[in-house]
Amino acid sequence: MNLYRLEVGPKAELEDPIGDKLAREFRAHGYPVKGVRRAEVYLVQSSLIKDLAQAEELTAKLFIDPVLHQDLGAQAYGDYFQDWDYLVEVSYKPGVTDNAAHVAKENLELLLNEAPQVASAKAYFIAGALSLSEVERAADQLLLNGLIEKKIVIPKSLWLEQKPQLLYFPQTNGDQKVETERMDCSTAQKVWELSEARLLALSKDEAQVLAEYFARPDVRATREKLGIGALVTDVELECLAQTWSEHCKHKIFSSIVQYQDDQGQEWLIKSLYKTYIQASTLLIKERLGKNDWCLSVFKDNAGVIKFDENWSVAFKVETHNSPSALDPYGGALTGIVGVNRDAFGTGMGAKLIANTDVFCFGPLDYNRPLPKKLFHPTRIFEGVRLGVEHGGNQSGVPTINGAICFDEGYIGKPLVFCGTLSIMPAKHQGEPSEYKKARPGDHILMCGGRIGKDGIHGATFSSLALEEVSPVSAVQIGDPITQKRMWDFLWVAKEENLYSCITDNGAGGLSSSVGEMAQDSGGAKLHLDRAPLKYPGLQPWEIFVSEAQERMTLAVPPQKVARFLALSNEMRVESSDLGEFTDSGFLECFYQGEIVAALEMEFMHGGLPPMRIKAQWETPDETEPDYLEDSDLGPILKKILARPNICSKERVIRQYDHEVGGGSVIKPLVGPNNDGPGDAGVLRPVLGSERGLVVSNGICPKYSAIDTYHMAACAIDEAIRNSIASGGSLKQMAGLDNFCWPDPVLSEKTPDGPYKMAQLVRACQAIYDYTLAFGVPCISGKDSMKNDANLDGKKISILPTLLFSAVAVIDQVGQSVTSDFKAEGDLIYLLGATKPEMGASEYYSQLGLTGGAVPKVDAALARIRYDKTAQAVAQGWLSSIHDCSDGGLAVALAESAFGGGLGALISLSGLLEQGLSPAQALFSESASRFVVSLNPANRQTVQALFGSDAQYLGQVTLADRLLIQTEGLTHLDQGLSDLKASWQSYLKAHLS
Amino acid sequence: MKNQGTLILTGLGLNCEKETEYACLASGAKRVDLRHSLDLLRGQVSLKDYDFLIFIGGFLDGDYLGSARVGANRYKYGANQFGEFKDQISEFSASGRLILGICNGFQLLVKLGLLPFEELANGGQSVSLAHNRSGIFEDRWVHIKINPKSKNIFCQGMDEVYLPVRHGEGRLVVKPEAEERILACGLDVMAYADEQGKRTEHYPQNPNGSWAQCAGLGNQGGNILGLMPHPEAYNHYTNHPHWTRLERPQSVDGEGLRFFKNAYRHLQS
Repeated sequence: MNLYRLEVGPKAELEDPIGDKLAREFRAHGYPVKGVRRAEVYLVQSSLIKDLAQAEELTAKLFIDPVLHQDLGAQAYGDYFQDWDYLVEVSYKPGVTDNAAHVAKENLELLLNEAPQVASAKAYFIAGALSLSEVERAADQLLLNGLIEKKIVIPKSLWLEQKPQLLYFPQTNGDQKVETERMDCSTAQKVWELSEARLLALSKDEAQVLAEYFARPDVRATREKLGIGALVTDVELECLAQTWSEHCKHKIFSSIVQYQDDQGQEWLIKSLYKTYIQASTLLIKERLGKNDWCLSVFKDNAGVIKFDENWSVAFKVETHNSPSALDPYGGALTGIVGVNRDAFGTGMGAKLIANTDVFCFGPLDYNRPLPKKLFHPTRIFEGVRLGVEHGGNQSGVPTINGAICFDEGYIGKPLVFCGTLSIMPAKHQGEPSEYKKARPGDHILMCGGRIGKDGIHGATFSSLALEEVSPVSAVQIGDPITQKRMWDFLWVAKEENLYSCITDNGAGGLSSSVGEMAQDSGGAKLHLDRAPLKYPGLQPWEIFVSEAQERMTLAVPPQKVARFLALSNEMRVESSDLGEFTDSGFLECFYQGEIVAALEMEFMHGGLPPMRIKAQWETPDETEPDYLEDSDLGPILKKILARPNICSKERVIRQYDHEVGGGSVIKPLVGPNNDGPGDAGVLRPVLGSERGLVVSNGICPKYSAIDTYHMAACAIDEAIRNSIASGGSLKQMAGLDNFCWPDPVLSEKTPDGPYKMAQLVRACQAIYDYTLAFGVPCISGKDSMKNDANLDGKKISILPTLLFSAVAVIDQVGQSVTSDFKAEGDLIYLLGATKPEMGASEYYSQLGLTGGAVPKVDAALARIRYDKTAQAVAQGWLSSIHDCSDGGLAVALAESAFGGGLGALISLSGLLEQGLSPAQALFSESASRFVVSLNPANRQTVQALFGSDAQYLGQVTLADRLLIQTEGLTHLDQGLSDLKASWQSYLKAHLS
Repeated sequence: MKNQGTLILTGLGLNCEKETEYACLASGAKRVDLRHSLDLLRGQVSLKDYDFLIFIGGFLDGDYLGSARVGANRYKYGANQFGEFKDQISEFSASGRLILGICNGFQLLVKLGLLPFEELANGGQSVSLAHNRSGIFEDRWVHIKINPKSKNIFCQGMDEVYLPVRHGEGRLVVKPEAEERILACGLDVMAYADEQGKRTEHYPQNPNGSWAQCAGLGNQGGNILGLMPHPEAYNHYTNHPHWTRLERPQSVDGEGLRFFKNAYRHLQS
């Protein structure tokens, strides 16, 4: 094999914005860097490339852009380009997905008859007066992640001596012995030790159940008959651990909870999921009766609702927290492409139409020492942002809405919620599209990417706290382009009716996808050696549980397998026939003909007894703190606008494509300057139709510090409120619940488990109460229950967090509305009551105050208000609506004003008459309120509709000014441009 | 011309097929075929059956190796039973049939050497599209001023239009020796402008720092257009970012359809 190094770098005389941006980042981190140039490097091994001259010719023809790049000939870029002091070359460690190399390989194949082996690297030529150790430190901080990448650093003074080491090729260790281990699982202790050694995350009780099961005489007899014997194989043990992981099994949500309330009353709750979440949805469906628009809830990869007679819509939100902590870019990228697979693999397959993303990070200005293994929040922020940018944009899915929350608890684990909506024809081959079933005799086809060691133990890993020993293999990089090619193929396969069932390979890989589909048929026979691998040396168990990305599993009737494979080949997508579904009652795996697993389906899916978890609630302290109100509330409003949870997220929004698909109706940025905040995303998914979808999110973990019941109620209310504020209505609105919790199970590391569990119970109770009261059923959900980090002897836990996402179907997109003030003279009203609910408010936080009353949602009144608001919107009586939430009335007024480029003259007299102080009137975060503006011509109609629920506040003005007074006494008088500049300052100040 | 058929190529990372197809159908297309790029590469469709070819937006091969680089190589060096693609595409344009390249499609036309000087057959390339001056991908609406000197078929009767750009590599870079010829022939069909319609270097109205504020290029014959903004994403009045502030228009059609309507008016004539 001949090895060549191809280099592609910019012409010296041209500007290099990528290098310039990096140089700015280095300087922002205090490194005296003058300039950076980046060259792309491809290391190519091929027997078909005979000599350097041929390699140079291929580079010139296939890689070099004659306008932008220097044709180097036999030169190295470091010889051609003079202005540098250090070269830092960054390449992937062996086995990590290398998308650039993949594309370079296809590129070379255009002129070579055989695919070469390619690895990619990036060469950074850095100019500046730095020491070698500074350069190494800067590189680790900004250019690479040591978990998955490695670097070579060469100072210019040693260039000639050290240049030869740039001709290298990352080798995977493929000479490992491949074998199946057989293990003695006869006692709980032995199983537990195996679990610890293999990072299986089994509990002691689970170890006991396993040991007892495998010791049963009938089980032993069956195992002898099936030819696998008494010993348990590593394939079986790994598979059971995956299937029973918290991530896959939701053990906490299905546990038996011994709950004690703050009065000392005790009772048992058998499954939080069934008691609160599913029960509410079933009741709402029953109430809807004939008009039930929920088509598939909780059972598939995503929930499905009716869009119109011809189309159905699926919606799912997933989290990808632990991988994003270790590798923010790769973790977030796999998060978004992973939930894309969920949305695609719902029913018989659905096309992706929109993404919605919500992130929770530590504060960007965090300046205390971080435990080892943790990245600074700015690095996590930029990595996650970029991962989701690449995943969303390259997949061609618009990101129409999102949110970013900040709290110190997220230093230990960031939360990365990625959500996707998809659309499917209502009927597939005459049957509802959401129906699918693998039948005995159907072949098991795996389609898309190849299997590697990447993503082994993702499911069990995410069921553990982040520890110093967390496995590197849990980190992986997604490949949206391979995935998109797979969609293109699968859509044709679907149209040709080539399969009977489809699901994605996510957590647990094949063990989970085949295991789940085999539940339809009653068993499966899977030949692990038939799965295509990225490189040799994978153990059978690794093939079975690897979470390598971009793969779907399908059930294909035997007579259609040949056509399926041929079509796949034609469309350059790899598919392999791995075996068949059976009705034997067993999931059987083979490796080169030998049986390596024979697991009873019933035991796999039903053998685990529910956990018993203690929960004890303690009454929260809602005593109001003492503080003095400033008479001029302008300065504090300015500060609050710059707070991380309030500030403009424009910098992030702009880097996500929010228009692709051509159906954008309400964008994340609104107003004449396209920079005001949008409350919800509105989309026209079927371009020939005026029907639309309104997508919104509610998240307010800060209230968890007081009471998770009201935190959850406020999150639900916020999602609904945002939807209504943009044109949604409660006539058809569905929700998704996504829980991210610190570990709530009592243990040595979690002495406060019972309280955290009680917090979870309270949040679930709120889901039941409020989804029912609003008639907004949860159609799908997800939980991530171990969001803690145990590092350097310290434990960092997140705030209990619920993301509630909502999707509403609307008849006419042309009736939607935005938050920006529209015209001078419009009248401004506040809809909904303001109470002195300042606990955990931005105002209190800004003043450093804790305690106080948390906002409480009055669902009965809110529902009436929301229905009336939807009616007023449909009639066109309102010019603007803005959700009034974080930061209260003052923030909502300021945002509507600078978003619309118009001022406002406001009087608080009505609110103060109700006994509120000016600060309470302006900064209370009471739920279910809107700031609306309307043309004076609509005043009587609107007043008649809302009655005393509408509080007149003032008028929209032409002045560049927000002026808030009560009968001549000024509370706040601020220039709009100042307020806006402050609102836009936070991300600008902390990201380069 | 007789409006015989429009071919939209998708797949391999492209992603604007749905709205581009809709834009064609809403603008007077009689027949629109949405085909995978591999269908053309393998000879399952022939350019002979069409008089309008559209290279849509997206991320051909994920933009690795530079936007549309590998995509362009497929056509530069590939062939099927109808001959080499560089000849097939060159003949297509030389016969006056229409080619539109939007965003990634524009990047492809440029890297094929088709724009602005139709150098595909001899392997030349005079301009390219490089990373935005900001160094980042951006989605924002921009004011576009049509060059009054331009004879491009797609822009007939147009002066200003508001459209979204969504790209990381939209900065036009021109070989010094090509600059004068582009300007003299009015091949710089459109430019980034401010709200008053004046061409501008000012970020963010000019989102990428393009040479001569240029947002799109045409060929001498006026039958090829490549542009960074997405006219197909302004296919309905509610796509406009300020539509909630504006009077409701007579027709639901978005202004971006004017490019497509011009194309079909030309093909009908």
